[in-house]
Amino acid sequence: MAEALAHIREITDLGMIQIRADLTEAGAAITKAAAIPLPGPTSTTTNGSRRLCWMSPDELLLVLPQAELAAALAELTTALAGQHVLVLDVSDMRAAFAIEGGRADQVLAKLSPTDLAAMPADGMRRSRAAQVACGFWRQEGGFVLIGFRSVADYLRGLLDNAARAGTGLDPR
Amino acid sequence: MLTLTCPCCGIRAEETELAPGGEAHLKRFGPGASDEDFESYLFARKNPKGVHFERWRHAYGCGKWFLAARCTATLEVFGTYKAQNPHPTPEIVAAIRAKRPDWTPDWTETSPAESLTE
Repeated sequence: MAEALAHIREITDLGMIQIRADLTEAGAAITKAAAIPLPGPTSTTTNGSRRLCWMSPDELLLVLPQAELAAALAELTTALAGQHVLVLDVSDMRAAFAIEGGRADQVLAKLSPTDLAAMPADGMRRSRAAQVACGFWRQEGGFVLIGFRSVADYLRGLLDNAARAGTGLDPR
Repeated sequence: MLTLTCPCCGIRAEETELAPGGEAHLKRFGPGASDEDFESYLFARKNPKGVHFERWRHAYGCGKWFLAARCTATLEVFGTYKAQNPHPTPEIVAAIRAKRPDWTPDWTETSPAESLTE
């Protein structure tokens, strides 16, 4: 019996804060309030349990444990008060899956038109998984994939199917 | 397959990650414009065989609109540039001229100060 390509695990305790702002203006304040450096385009930065993802030229996503969410949200809101920004708790908007295993990249390669070999270790890629939008970044031992909660069941099915034993992409 | 580089995030996006937006650089005439001008804004499209400028949106990525220059006959991509440009940038024009020496821009270049980049 062949082994599954990767282990798929839903992450349920992930807190997410969406930050929309002019990053050149508000960047310094965000860095200070969230205690994490600003990522460059299509990359992420980490500080301990926190991760800051670059989503678009005017959008960041702060990923952190649920326990730290309320404090971080308050701190960011205070730090950015008076500026034209949005700081929003979007933890319930998205579902997150960990794709862990030696061939986790093959699972994603089946679902997304991304050149994973060219994706750096600190890369953040927004793309699609089959028919739905998703985003993913590398984490020790594989990837974390986020997608909308409304399609979480679909994503789960996709990932489980793509990781099925005996469906590896390596030449036989 | 069409692969365009999004000028906003730098990702080489494949066609299925993008949403098409039709012809680029359409000019909408303001209040008091003639019916003919408004009709041409709504309906008249160039539909050329050859060099064409198009709007695309990086729908499954950063979500930004951008503009692309490509050839409708060969699907060759000459380059992409930000949607804030009122006309294709000089780099794009140079890239097209390098491949299509007989092609000439059909717009009149205004001062670079008109560019709304950033």
